[in-house]
Amino acid sequence: MHVNLRVWRQAGPKAEGHFEDYAVDEVSPDMSFLELFDVLNEQLLADGVEPVAFDHDCREGICGSCSMMINGQAHGPERGTATCQLHMRKFEDGAHITVEPWRARSFPIVKDLAVDRGALDRIVEAGGYITVRTGSAPEANLTPIPKEVADWAMDAAACIGCGACVAACPNGAAQLFTAAKVSHLNLLPQGQSERYERVANMVDTMEEYFGSCTLHRECEAACPKEISIDFIAMMNRDYVKAQFKNRRLIAQK
Amino acid sequence: MTNYSIAPEPLDGKVPPGPIEHKWDDHKFASTLVNPANKRRFEVIVVGTGLAGASAAATLGELGYRVKAFCFQDSPRRAHSIAAQGGINAAKNYRNDGDSIYRLFYDTVKGGDYRAREANVYRLAQVSVDIIDQCTAQGVPFAREYGGLLDNRSFGGAQVSRTFYARGQTGQQLLLGSYQALERQINLGTVEMFPRTEMLELVVKDGVAVGIVVRNLVTGAVTSHSAHAVVLATGGYSNAFYLSTNAKGCNVTAAWRAHRKGAYFANPCYTQIHPTCIPASDDFQSKLTLMSESLRNDGRIWVPKDPSDTRSPDQIPEADRDYFLERRYPAFGNLVPRDVASRAAKREVDEGRGVGPLKNGVYLDFAEAIGRLGRHVLEERYDNLFEMYERITGEDPYKVPMRIYPAVHYTMGGLWVDYDLMTNVPGLYALGEANFSDHGANRLGASALMQGLADGYFVLPATISNYLAPQLGRSPVPTSDPVFQAAEAEVSERTKRFLAIRGTKSPDHFHRELGKIVWDNCGMARSQDSLTKALGEIPALRDEFYRDVKVLGGDMDFNQSLERAGRVADFLEFSELMCLDALHREESCGGHFRVEHQTEDGEALRDDDDFAYAGAWEFTGVGGAPVLHKEPLVFENVKLAQRSYK
Ligand SMILES: Cc1cc2nc3c(=O)[nH]c(=O)nc-3n(C[C@H](O)[C@H](O)[C@H](O)COP(=O)(O)OP(=O)(O)OC[C@H]3O[C@@H](n4cnc5c(N)ncnc54)[C@H](O)[C@@H]3O)c2cc1C
Ligand code: SF4
Ligand code: FES
Repeated sequence: MHVNLRVWRQAGPKAEGHFEDYAVDEVSPDMSFLELFDVLNEQLLADGVEPVAFDHDCREGICGSCSMMINGQAHGPERGTATCQLHMRKFEDGAHITVEPWRARSFPIVKDLAVDRGALDRIVEAGGYITVRTGSAPEANLTPIPKEVADWAMDAAACIGCGACVAACPNGAAQLFTAAKVSHLNLLPQGQSERYERVANMVDTMEEYFGSCTLHRECEAACPKEISIDFIAMMNRDYVKAQFKNRRLIAQK
Repeated sequence: MTNYSIAPEPLDGKVPPGPIEHKWDDHKFASTLVNPANKRRFEVIVVGTGLAGASAAATLGELGYRVKAFCFQDSPRRAHSIAAQGGINAAKNYRNDGDSIYRLFYDTVKGGDYRAREANVYRLAQVSVDIIDQCTAQGVPFAREYGGLLDNRSFGGAQVSRTFYARGQTGQQLLLGSYQALERQINLGTVEMFPRTEMLELVVKDGVAVGIVVRNLVTGAVTSHSAHAVVLATGGYSNAFYLSTNAKGCNVTAAWRAHRKGAYFANPCYTQIHPTCIPASDDFQSKLTLMSESLRNDGRIWVPKDPSDTRSPDQIPEADRDYFLERRYPAFGNLVPRDVASRAAKREVDEGRGVGPLKNGVYLDFAEAIGRLGRHVLEERYDNLFEMYERITGEDPYKVPMRIYPAVHYTMGGLWVDYDLMTNVPGLYALGEANFSDHGANRLGASALMQGLADGYFVLPATISNYLAPQLGRSPVPTSDPVFQAAEAEVSERTKRFLAIRGTKSPDHFHRELGKIVWDNCGMARSQDSLTKALGEIPALRDEFYRDVKVLGGDMDFNQSLERAGRVADFLEFSELMCLDALHREESCGGHFRVEHQTEDGEALRDDDDFAYAGAWEFTGVGGAPVLHKEPLVFENVKLAQRSYK
């Protein structure tokens, strides 16, 4: 196969960016999209051009590092697939492919295709956990959890924190990411004590960094883990309840 | 480098006295404590935020220590631990199938082919039960049965079902648990987190670890951090082989830099080859993908009896198939330990019975399980694995058997540590896969996650006070101290050196070449000839690297080729030690298989008289003759026996 790439190059966070065109020959259909970039980078290096910077690590679709906007789609054309798991057999021979970084106000570009997604960590910091002092946990089977509930929590917990939902959203909102974490923890009995505080803190922090959700649903379509948009509704319900509950709690203090 | 010398004194693992069941409790009781109010007067550096590092940093922070944590990814949640699929062991005996702490201990010592330290393994089995409680309370969504209680499955090499799992994403869910605990501490201000920061030097003053030098991977700035103690939880070195199941960023740099500064490196030749990976398809292959070994619970491994059989697998009748594991190991069948399964597959492929376009794999077939249990049960158990397989190969394993082949997966060797997890350099600790750990010469499936979390949540937080308490009132060595300045200068010089070579080949090129050397000569089967060959080729490749590597861009910049060059340079030094260790160990044990030492059936043949020790190497210079320190391994509880899985 042969492909024509148009790749966003940007020397640093403050530099001007621009597209560069590169042709890559001898692409095998069994190659992953990141392997295509390995080959491109070898080629660039040989030509004395600095390789394209991009984030990646596990190359198994689980670490959430890879993050390429491929022909305007976060993680490219295959549903439920992270960039590293996208294979060249999904493209035509001679395809023209435009590759850009995640674009969102809250994700400043580090270099070329690599961005800073630290804002997602800030949301987790704000409450995306269950407080358990190490060593103080009760016997694990003390609290049975209906299988359906556990499975549902697992569906939400599967989020890999890649930020494709933010990149895909016209408003740069992080609702799907935040809702996935809120729902994972709020669905479980262990998560109940901090339920309303958690959702309030996480949502407030989310709003500090990210745009607002106007239900475009682009996030769900881009998500490599196919996290359901229903979790956003669940988060919103908890958030509304939290406004009352937390106020009542404060009044009691 | 084939020379080495042997230290006259044995190395002391500082195992506490008393019966094995009581050692850990007695030791905790005998330990010096730091009182709660004084904990904030101590600073601890934790490098690495995988399961071991994140759980350690979170717990130390929660105890009140002031912690700085470092990782090279853009977020602590992305550490390689995230990729673990299969599960985590614990001696809960929820299945009432005869499991116990003693049995987990016994299985681990035996599975490790009697090359682990008994006392550590026993402790590991003891705290395993607390790990499950801890993680469940944190909200880790472990699989459950219909009654709502936790589900278990059995996993490679175990005859009991003691493995807890969260779909095929156990590592991810456990890591998110410890990452979230870590984020909570970051929010509380007890832990300061430095992502995209790589440790490039350990700083030692008067023989004691006092801090580290790091490079900010975004700006390129080289800075120092000092502390009362330094903890390395930087993972394993499988990527010395270039193609492995590890994430691309996994490297030996932190451990190797510490080794160069005096920390002993133990048993580097103990590497684990995982039997169930997707075979390589071409030269551009950048990594190999593991198919969780839990698949062996329901999948049957076979090859066509006739090497020239070209029929598609579903056309090959039962009579023409060889279920070679079931045939050779009737008691364990497809569930024999990893090393046994891997070598058996290698034998089939070497003898020409491999399957697939390159004849480099064996079948893992689910047809029988689908018939017996129904497709929905398999979907429930393995759906994301099947999906992953299909995505990579374009074949549907519900219809066609998977093709699998062994690949490097895990490294049992690592920095030598004593019972307290402290290296021989006072103040330097090693946790998780980075230490030489509890798995001896072979790790059982689902035991790495257990060990990482045991080290981080329960062991280090209890033992570190032994070292810290006596230092109360002493401040860390300031980073203005000449030792830090010198270490910073060393790092900057090294970085500049890579840029100055301006050769013709990429760091990846050298990495790939190195990978071929070690895979061919120090892989699944090793011999004196192959190892001697490798020991000649590695230094030559290293010289070529320093003459001909090409790194573009600058040092004060986000420069991924530069990062890679540094890691490859360290692998080029490390691999030599790995091969030397393999050459010196004139026996076969666990993942270390020397062709000269095998039974008539081709099984590993140990030599307990001469090699029942952990071999810890002291650095004496690149290409120099290292010094071997032997820690004798004493087996008081598990009787030494030749492993047999027949
Ligand atoms: C595909 C796969 C599947 C697996 N499945 C299982 C399983 O089912 N069950 C099981 O028990 N085990 C499994 N394992 C093994 C297990 O996942 C690992 O052994 C374990 O997670 C290692 O954890 P760790 O915390 O020691 O290191 P890692 O998770 O590798 O973390 C290393 C950390 O160190 C940091 N780091 C490294 N070098 C530096 C440096 N120089 N400077 C700064 N930071 C640095 C990294 O950023 C990272 O945060 C699997 C392994 C693989 C490869
Ligand atoms: S919700 Fe989906 S797209 Fe968003 S961060 Fe999580 S995995 Fe990525
Ligand atoms: S590289 Fe890890 S998800 Fe793609």
